[in-house]
Amino acid sequence: MAATKICPASELISAGKKVVSIDGVEVGIFHLQGEFYAWHNRCPHQGGPVCQGRMFNLVEEVVDENRCSHGRRFNDERLNIVCPWHGTEFDIKTGKSTGAQRWMLRPAKVFVEEGQVILDV
Amino acid sequence: MNIAERKFALPEELPVQEVSTYTDTRQLLARAKREAVKKGYSDWLICDMDAHHVETVSWKEIVEYIEDPVLRFQAQLYHNERHGGTAYGLNGDFGLRYQDVGGRITHQADRRETVKNTKVHRDVVLTRRAMDGLAVDYMVVFPANMLHLGLHPQQEMEVLLARAYNRWMVEKLLSADPGIVTLVYLPFNTPEAACKIVEEYADKKGVIGFCITSVRHKPVHSNEYMRLYRMIEETGKPVAFHAAYHWQDPSLATVPTFLGMHALGFVWCNMVHMTNWILSGIPEKFPKLKSIWVESGLAWIPALMQRLDDQYLMRQSEAPLLKRMPSDYMRENCWYTSQPMERTNMKALQLTLEMINADTQLLYASDWPHFDFDTPGTIFDLPFLSEQAKRNILGLNAAKLFGLDPRRPAGVEDLD
Repeated sequence: MAATKICPASELISAGKKVVSIDGVEVGIFHLQGEFYAWHNRCPHQGGPVCQGRMFNLVEEVVDENRCSHGRRFNDERLNIVCPWHGTEFDIKTGKSTGAQRWMLRPAKVFVEEGQVILDV
Repeated sequence: MNIAERKFALPEELPVQEVSTYTDTRQLLARAKREAVKKGYSDWLICDMDAHHVETVSWKEIVEYIEDPVLRFQAQLYHNERHGGTAYGLNGDFGLRYQDVGGRITHQADRRETVKNTKVHRDVVLTRRAMDGLAVDYMVVFPANMLHLGLHPQQEMEVLLARAYNRWMVEKLLSADPGIVTLVYLPFNTPEAACKIVEEYADKKGVIGFCITSVRHKPVHSNEYMRLYRMIEETGKPVAFHAAYHWQDPSLATVPTFLGMHALGFVWCNMVHMTNWILSGIPEKFPKLKSIWVESGLAWIPALMQRLDDQYLMRQSEAPLLKRMPSDYMRENCWYTSQPMERTNMKALQLTLEMINADTQLLYASDWPHFDFDTPGTIFDLPFLSEQAKRNILGLNAAKLFGLDPRRPAGVEDLD
């Protein structure tokens, strides 16, 4: 499939996410901490539209040096895309599912050229 | 060549960038529908043995069907005058509704999508949209919050609300679409009232069986239920034990997460009832009575089969009605719904399906719109099943069990 010009980079930086279809192939493009990432819009769990879900920061357990737990917190550095069908979470930077890392999203090639976001699937 | 001179494929921005509680079911399930087309489900009969609507959204309508004039009047006033109140007369867990995983699964939280069609009830349209998305020909629709009604502190209230709900269900949902069917709610804590429901509803359009909600502390083998089982057996229609959770159960008092509570609760209630059902010899007393065990998944069944068989061989005098091993009854006299089907160990799942004789005893269920719903693909994609076994599980077993026409019912195309 040919490369596809998606939009000006500034537009995606502002939106943070854009999900597109190119000849029936659906891809979610994300901008996070200065980098672009692109993943196919199919959850490896049951095939849900993973990129159309909400984004949540990774949830962590707070454990002290004595192994005692003190509730949970959001990790502000780690953002996940969450499949809206069943809640399966994936790290937007790596595409790996959180926790046991059982699954991996299928990557798509994305880059910026002359200020335009280009997707090559 | 610079970017201005090159030719690019044209991207189309998806109309739903982020799913919310307002997203149309058709858009949310668009990928499932495309999968159905790709896999050729139009040639398959697909029966969804367990889906839900949210009856509390319509509770103000449902209380109009309460037969007791005093309680009906009170319920009407309650819903007319109270803001922020929950459904009149319903017990339950109020704010402990964490199924949507903290906002991650919006269709579990609510479905506020637009419905234009005013000729039928809104839930009919929502159900049709789900059937369209999942390529389902028949969808068994159950209530949701009423799954806790077996724990109601007022025994009579279970009867009154069950009777009101059943009448409303038949009038508003079942009459509107030949593909929407149900197993009517039995107020099991009051056996004579449950018998009356069987008498009244056995022949109603769209009523394909009877439902006992499993969260309750009633011994299913008690003599007070023998008349009920005989009546159900005579109708030829199955009885379902529909599982649910009950976080206030003392056995779950130490469990701090919905994850843990849900994993155990939905199984435990049916394990207890199944144990009593089998060891007390119900399948011997009522050999034609067909029982379905709903929404407990499947992994519990091999475990219980082995536990009961093991103990039975040492203590046969405590189960003198049995002529076969407990697992034989569980395999031959009982049916099971698939969802939520544990699929993390395919070897274990394959053995489970062999142990329950899935070719004849397993019924596909989606549990739509709940957070752990399964698409038909969960069955279709199993690598170790024959095509005939898949066809049986996805629809033909249900068609045979319920006496459904194995052809797709004449559809209603209006999904707006």
